[in-house]
Amino acid sequence: MDALFQFLLRMGDNTLVLGHRVSEWCGHSPILEEDIALANTALDMIGQTQLWLGLAGEVEGKGRSADDLAFLRDAWDFRNVLLVELPNGDFGQTMMRQFLFDAWNVTMLGRLMQSSDKRVADIAEKASKEAAYHVERSGDTVVGLGDGTEESHARMQAALDYLWPYVGEMFESDDVDAAMVEAGISPDPASLRGEFDELVGRVLAEATLTIPASPYAHKGGRTGYMHTEHLGHLLATMQWLQRAYPGAKW
Amino acid sequence: MAHPSTKQVWDWLDQVPDPEIPVISLVDLGIIRDVAWQGDHLDVTVTPTYSGCPATTQINEDILAGLASHGLTDVTLHRQLSPAWTTDWLSDKGKAALERFGIAPPAPKGTPERCPHCGGQNLEKTSQFGSTPCKALWRCTDCLEPFDYFKCI
Ligand SMILES: [Zn+2]
Repeated sequence: MDALFQFLLRMGDNTLVLGHRVSEWCGHSPILEEDIALANTALDMIGQTQLWLGLAGEVEGKGRSADDLAFLRDAWDFRNVLLVELPNGDFGQTMMRQFLFDAWNVTMLGRLMQSSDKRVADIAEKASKEAAYHVERSGDTVVGLGDGTEESHARMQAALDYLWPYVGEMFESDDVDAAMVEAGISPDPASLRGEFDELVGRVLAEATLTIPASPYAHKGGRTGYMHTEHLGHLLATMQWLQRAYPGAKW
Repeated sequence: MAHPSTKQVWDWLDQVPDPEIPVISLVDLGIIRDVAWQGDHLDVTVTPTYSGCPATTQINEDILAGLASHGLTDVTLHRQLSPAWTTDWLSDKGKAALERFGIAPPAPKGTPERCPHCGGQNLEKTSQFGSTPCKALWRCTDCLEPFDYFKCI
């Protein structure tokens, strides 16, 4: 069951780390409505994290709760893709990162609703409704800013150029994925690429943005081989209270 | 020992207000999925609205407190994720209460039917998210008032 545990960590760590990143905007967004929207998006992702990591702890069978997994592991035990741990940058970069992740997440959750593991299928059913709403919003924002002013267009293109090399990792496969495919629990990530490219291609074309030609992909997050330096800084903030006051509750 | 009927329990639960929108009950909201007796033990099945809804813990406490006030203390709450909550489960009573409160209820076409303040039909969306994950922000261009729309999921 270690493969299932790893798979659930990958799902839960993606939403945990991105949810935390997005929550960093709270009180700093360009306008009030965006502030509220980002905070709500972060909440949904943290909620999904509780479901994924809650199940991960159950599957692991060592009595670890979702909170234990979130707050008491260090960077090398995280299994999120590198994309979600990258810094927020400007608002445009945050929304581009959100869109690229949402497009993958909504595709993945759609497939997971057919999972042979009912617990996984149930979480996917719940989360996919939220993900559909997220991708609609982040996609609209990418179009609005991409096909906006000269300044906003330039920033969105720069964001896409910076983030695109981190997209490929979401479609990587390894032994964990092979075991999940074998058990009918999860699809091969590579098989999501067509649907993702179709959605992302359509939105980015409408946003008048150009997808970089280089196929190079940074990786190492979902396998835990090597995260970027940014994850440690994020965890230092997120985990500070549980590290300083172990077991603190309120 | 005789215990109250499930109908009676549903009526009591219908008196427990939603913590964020107290004009509707948890039953109106459609999140109470089942009430069943196992001997003298009561099982209540609850589904979350949004997975990140911060009111979830509060809702569970309110259910237990509401039932305890009628003498029911041997109660277990079960979380059910599937089928996922949908705004189709809002009761008609709840929808009417929302509108009186100034929140446009979810409408089948996915956008509010009318301004909950003046009934105007000239509406525009301000933001896809409102004060809680379940609401979006809209504005009426007839009376110029902003309002929350309880969005469809
Ligand atoms: Zn009006």
